[in-house]
Amino acid sequence: MSVEIIELNDQNFDERIKASKTPVLVDFWAEWCGPCKMIAPILEEIAQDKNGQLVIGKLNVDNALQVARRFEIMSIPTLMLFRDGEPVKRVVGAMSKKALLKELDPALAR
Amino acid sequence: MTEHVRVIIIGSGPAGLTAAIYAARADFNPVVLEGEPSSTSDQPGGQLMLTTEIENFPGFVDGILGPELMGNFRNQAERFGARMHGAKAARIDLSGRHAAIWASDATSQEPTYTADAVIVATGARSLMLGLDNELRLVGHGVSTCATCDGFFFRGHRIAVVGGGDSALEEALFLTKFAESVTIIHRRDSLRASKIMQDRAFASPKISFLWNRQVTALHEQGGSLSGVTVQDMAGGAEERHDFTGLFVAIGHAPNTDVFKGQLEMDDLGYIMTQPGSTATSVRGVFAAGDVQDHIYRQAITAAGSGCQAALDVEKYLAAQEA
Repeated sequence: MSVEIIELNDQNFDERIKASKTPVLVDFWAEWCGPCKMIAPILEEIAQDKNGQLVIGKLNVDNALQVARRFEIMSIPTLMLFRDGEPVKRVVGAMSKKALLKELDPALAR
Repeated sequence: MTEHVRVIIIGSGPAGLTAAIYAARADFNPVVLEGEPSSTSDQPGGQLMLTTEIENFPGFVDGILGPELMGNFRNQAERFGARMHGAKAARIDLSGRHAAIWASDATSQEPTYTADAVIVATGARSLMLGLDNELRLVGHGVSTCATCDGFFFRGHRIAVVGGGDSALEEALFLTKFAESVTIIHRRDSLRASKIMQDRAFASPKISFLWNRQVTALHEQGGSLSGVTVQDMAGGAEERHDFTGLFVAIGHAPNTDVFKGQLEMDDLGYIMTQPGSTATSVRGVFAAGDVQDHIYRQAITAAGSGCQAALDVEKYLAAQEA
């Protein structure tokens, strides 16, 4: 079973984030970032596990420098959780699934 | 449920994966505890995962990207039947007849694996400066990964701390983006190789602050806004308005889980017997940067990984004889 992963860019970011009824976990990443590639499969697993509770949005900073600037992204991977269009949680750096869920679950439960 | 394996390899850098290739080809069906994703150089694939072009690994005339090289190592090990397990060794017990290894969860009742032989290839991690707000500023001006973050420092004035090859490699990479790159070094000469020094001295964007150490990081609105450096001799302090800081001041071995179980030197590197990869415990071998703070190259790590696998083969054959 595959779940939907939203592809985000400078053009569609605001619209897609606002339109989402479920919280969106935005993954700021790039092709040239090793740690970003390491966490990509973990995010896919989380998207499966939390299907209905959470959607993953992939934002390639090469195609979305304006959004990256607006949120002052200085390091990737950065993950930002948006609820009702507002950022509620930010996680910087690659980590294990367990460590990532420890960061995300309290923010999702609220 | 505990699984018993013949050979377990802890670590998946050049040493661990070379050991895996040799141990797999010797039909030991090794398990490789790969580690967990991180951005601070102890991730699966090891330190090369945070680098770009590798120019000195033999066999690659035009160089190869670090992550690509490690991907190749991994595929080659898997081709011969090495099993990859994406977890860290959370706890190790070497006191019994068989080594016992807990993967990712140190608190569970039973170990994840027991093994006839262990190859320790957990490598080394980059050191940080150890300043109060340093960790909080990671992602806000302080970076542990130049290749990941350089892109965001377009037009910034950046400082790189350190004087070895890694420091110069990061500095040269960052000149692609930064307005200027200043290398802050504790001594008045560099430890880096001649070729890297020549390149750094030739770069119009790179300048040097010699005989100085960083003593404070300043922040504004949650981001790095400046750095205080102190003269090593006179003690005079000066402030510079750097908005990016990359630290490459050396490494520490990843040996915490082996403390009190394996003989180590004063710096925590695992001691091996001369001319061998054998440690102070029977059936436990060490390879790569975890037992070498002198050469620390991908090729030397790979070489000692091969030695460790051959030592294990001989050890297991003697056990059965």
